[in-house]
Amino acid sequence: MTAQTGVSHLSLFLIAALPFLGAVFPALLIRAGRNAAASAAGLTTFLALMGLLIHIPSVMRGDVVTARFDWIPGLGLNANFMLDGLGFLFALLILGIGLLIILYARFYLSREDPMGQFYTYLLLFQGAMVGIVLSDNILLLLIFWELTSLSSFLLIGYWRHLPEGRQGARMALAVTGSGGLAMIAGMLILGNIVGSYDLSVILQNKDLIQSSPYYMPALILILLGCFTKSAQFPFHFWLPHAMAAPTPVSAYLHSATMVKAGLFLMARMWPVLAGTDAWFYIVATTGLITMLLGAVIALFKDDLKALLAFSTVSHLGLVTMLLGFGTKFAAVAAIFHIINHATFKAALFMTAGIIDHETGTRDIKRLGGLRHLMPITFTIGTIAALSMAGLPPLNGFLSKEMMLEETVHTTWLHAHYLVPGLALLAALFSAAYSFRFVAHVFLGPKREEYPAHPHDPPVGLWLAPAFLVVLVVLIGLYSKAIVGPLVAVVSSAVIGGEKLPYYSLKLWHGFTPALYMSVVATLGGLFLLSQHKRGEQIWNALPRPEAKAIFEAIIDALTRVSRWITDELHNGVISRYAIVLIAFTVGIGYYAYATGTIGVETRVPLQPQIIPFIGWVCLVGATLAIMWFHRNRLLSLVLIGVVGLIVSMAFNYLSAPDLALTQISVEVVTMILLLLSLNFLPTETPWDSSAARRWRDAAISVVAGIGSGALIYALMMRDFAFPTISEFHLANSYKGGGGTNVVNVILVDFRGFDTFGEIIVLGIAALIIFALTEAVLGTNVRGYLLNRKPHWPQSGDSHPLMMVVATRVMMPIALMVGAYIFFRGHNQPGGGFIAGLIVAIAYLMQYMASGYTWAIERQRFYYHGSIGWGVLIAAATGLGAWFNERPFLTSDFGYLHWPPLEEFEWATAILFDTGVFLAVLGAVMLALDSLSRFAWQPGMAQEFPMDINPLRDDPSDQDKEKEQA
Amino acid sequence: MEALVASAVGVMTAAGIFLILRRRTFPVILGLSLITYAVNVFLFATGRLALDAPAVLNKYKDVPYTDPLPQALVLTAIVISFGMTAVIVMIALSAYLSSKDDHIDMRPNDSVDAAGEDA
Repeated sequence: MTAQTGVSHLSLFLIAALPFLGAVFPALLIRAGRNAAASAAGLTTFLALMGLLIHIPSVMRGDVVTARFDWIPGLGLNANFMLDGLGFLFALLILGIGLLIILYARFYLSREDPMGQFYTYLLLFQGAMVGIVLSDNILLLLIFWELTSLSSFLLIGYWRHLPEGRQGARMALAVTGSGGLAMIAGMLILGNIVGSYDLSVILQNKDLIQSSPYYMPALILILLGCFTKSAQFPFHFWLPHAMAAPTPVSAYLHSATMVKAGLFLMARMWPVLAGTDAWFYIVATTGLITMLLGAVIALFKDDLKALLAFSTVSHLGLVTMLLGFGTKFAAVAAIFHIINHATFKAALFMTAGIIDHETGTRDIKRLGGLRHLMPITFTIGTIAALSMAGLPPLNGFLSKEMMLEETVHTTWLHAHYLVPGLALLAALFSAAYSFRFVAHVFLGPKREEYPAHPHDPPVGLWLAPAFLVVLVVLIGLYSKAIVGPLVAVVSSAVIGGEKLPYYSLKLWHGFTPALYMSVVATLGGLFLLSQHKRGEQIWNALPRPEAKAIFEAIIDALTRVSRWITDELHNGVISRYAIVLIAFTVGIGYYAYATGTIGVETRVPLQPQIIPFIGWVCLVGATLAIMWFHRNRLLSLVLIGVVGLIVSMAFNYLSAPDLALTQISVEVVTMILLLLSLNFLPTETPWDSSAARRWRDAAISVVAGIGSGALIYALMMRDFAFPTISEFHLANSYKGGGGTNVVNVILVDFRGFDTFGEIIVLGIAALIIFALTEAVLGTNVRGYLLNRKPHWPQSGDSHPLMMVVATRVMMPIALMVGAYIFFRGHNQPGGGFIAGLIVAIAYLMQYMASGYTWAIERQRFYYHGSIGWGVLIAAATGLGAWFNERPFLTSDFGYLHWPPLEEFEWATAILFDTGVFLAVLGAVMLALDSLSRFAWQPGMAQEFPMDINPLRDDPSDQDKEKEQA
Repeated sequence: MEALVASAVGVMTAAGIFLILRRRTFPVILGLSLITYAVNVFLFATGRLALDAPAVLNKYKDVPYTDPLPQALVLTAIVISFGMTAVIVMIALSAYLSSKDDHIDMRPNDSVDAAGEDA
């Protein structure tokens, strides 16, 4: 490159970030009125524009301004921004025209439209566009690219009450979004070829990229993204449907921004992708077809905005074709035309909006003669349209001349006259529809009646297009002085800093082929216009594919296919999912076993003693009995309790006291939970699988059981293949964590982050249970619960005196045990998890003995709060480490000696464990509390703590009471 | 000893899987509980078995310690599995109370969600 003097400047971040930051304000300020919202949007854009303009000196010198920030370096995703000529031009168009659009929209939108939303969407879109053109990292660029698709969806569907608006928005999102996906793939391939995702690096590696075998796939995928975005054939159909948006949106998206993003990217990638045959034939041909097709269709559209939409398609095709030629001169022409098209097309869209606004219609057939009624609009519209037609001395003429000039030198598969011929035809139609815009709208006799009374709009509405039209004229007359340096700088950025070709931006080049072609196009355009009626008859008689119908048919077919796949795979038969999962697991387990090797046994097995053997018999017996008797649900619940107890004892026996304590307390809580739920479920499981099915299930279970048993046996009989990290924990537990119970130190210190996550998960589980209860009890289930008959006759004494007294006496003792277990946890078996469970059990005893209602009346704290405080305390303890410049959750400890007490230890880990304790307590209690609410009945509240009512289940007595009442 | 633990894991796994493949909610919950035991014991046993060697440091003399890491992992797993069981129990209960049906499989006639029919 000519000037690789990288000037680093942080303000680039600001230019890209300002629209996003400013997007908040219109939505908030709309309460203060529409002017406030519009001013906030305008000011934001203005600031960003100023931020851009201060870089004029360096950009005009040819410097590249950069701002670098490593975001996720591991992925090669850096928030790098760069501003060179090309980025500058586009940013200028986006922000400059954006400012005009903001002004225009303030007067265009009606009182019913939510203007705050409009400006918020507009700024989001603007930010995404600026992000695209300033990105120096293609991954970052892709993010902004997708953001434009999403935010343009919001803008196009802004009038959400119109079905066309919603359909148009969906179509635009589907087309540009799927193109964006293709582009992601292409960009990743490109980044892979070069080994960097930074544009500035990629742009240096032309030879590497073009010689790579992956050049073609990358090129096609990237072009798919560009063509969909820039509405190139055959993806052009979304653009006209996007015209259902409010006119300011159309003017913005389709003149300066959204559709230009594809052109921008082709220009950006031009130095490395262009110049090959593939590039020429794909890009130039697509552009040529699009240019011709768009121009022809535009001539026969009666809706003003549809006419402009297809003309936009045509002009985008023109620029694409020029970029596709791959010559330097064509690149310069493309850049120049982008500038010109943005100016006259934005003005034309705004003019169309004014006409719609003031006359109440956009139908050309109902318009005409407006030059008398709307002279200002007439002037603006006519100049812009003539520039679009390519008449001197306007700017459209200059770039069209350059285009025609270049086509003359282009051969397509040895055909010398094909490209210039078709380009001339397109220019001819282009002139024709431009003339039609003027002639059928403004000229002609004044009509008897219009849908409204047309008159020129207030200045706010015509100021923006007028400014653009002044530019159109000035660029046309003094092109070299006004945009000459800009075109030079931008073009040199596009062609990769090589020497610029000879070109001159002036009106008179002498009698060149391009001039003759221009004359033919103009005269032919006038002739076509005079024959418009006849042409329209022919056009209407021609069979044409309706793009929208085809698109919807494709979408429908895709929806049907995906729905069929979903329905077949996800048919709600959960037992099928389970069997697939288990069979697959068994299968890969077998595969690993069959293909792997196994070492020799290195450990001597422990001698089994008689007590463990008895435990084993109980456990295996209970497990088999569960399988056998599982239809009797209460019995199987008792049996599973047996299994749980043996497992707890086994943990204790095998040197895991912490696990034993945890398991046994969890066991208690789980059993209460299951018993409570069984209260509402059927007590028996009926037979409903066939014998064959049961045998199949039994076979697969046995295989899985043998597999897991054999695996753990093989594991236990061998030493570790690699040294474990457990030695580190044992060695550092006391020195680093200040505790002798290594298991607890691991939980609250070494792996505190895991524990932190786990208490959050537990809290979420409890909240799900609470929410589920709320939702279910809000339906007619409550009525069912209130009227249901219990499975078993209820005891007359539901709160037995002995139990009530015993549990109340035990309550303080149980709490004391909890506290003891908690405090000794760091050095002896215990800790927050176990203490939380024990205290929860202490509360649950009161629930069971004295009744839910009695307990809930005496409750002084909310379980939600307990969960929340637990997580917060744990987090705050972890954050505390930051203030001491240590990593998150680093614990600290020390020793205190307060006579006459013994020396004792303090550790921040105890605070963390407090958080664990509170979260576990809250979660367990909230879960069981929710379940208990299912059993709630009115009139259960007892004035007396003990409710001995021997009459309860005697229906005859109840009937008597009713009769008496 | 190792053979006892391994066979217990195998039996609990087999019974758990058999119950998970039943078609009513309650056996499935029981099956999940059994599998939870099996998995917890399995994980615990990856630290190899040791008798009278709890991972509580002795300040006064050198004694062998068992592997503390699997224990710490299993401890949280036990608590989390309680949360999981509770959620599943509540889902099963709510489903039963709402439809008076405790089948885990959706039958063709109760495809109420019919995703997208109304879109």
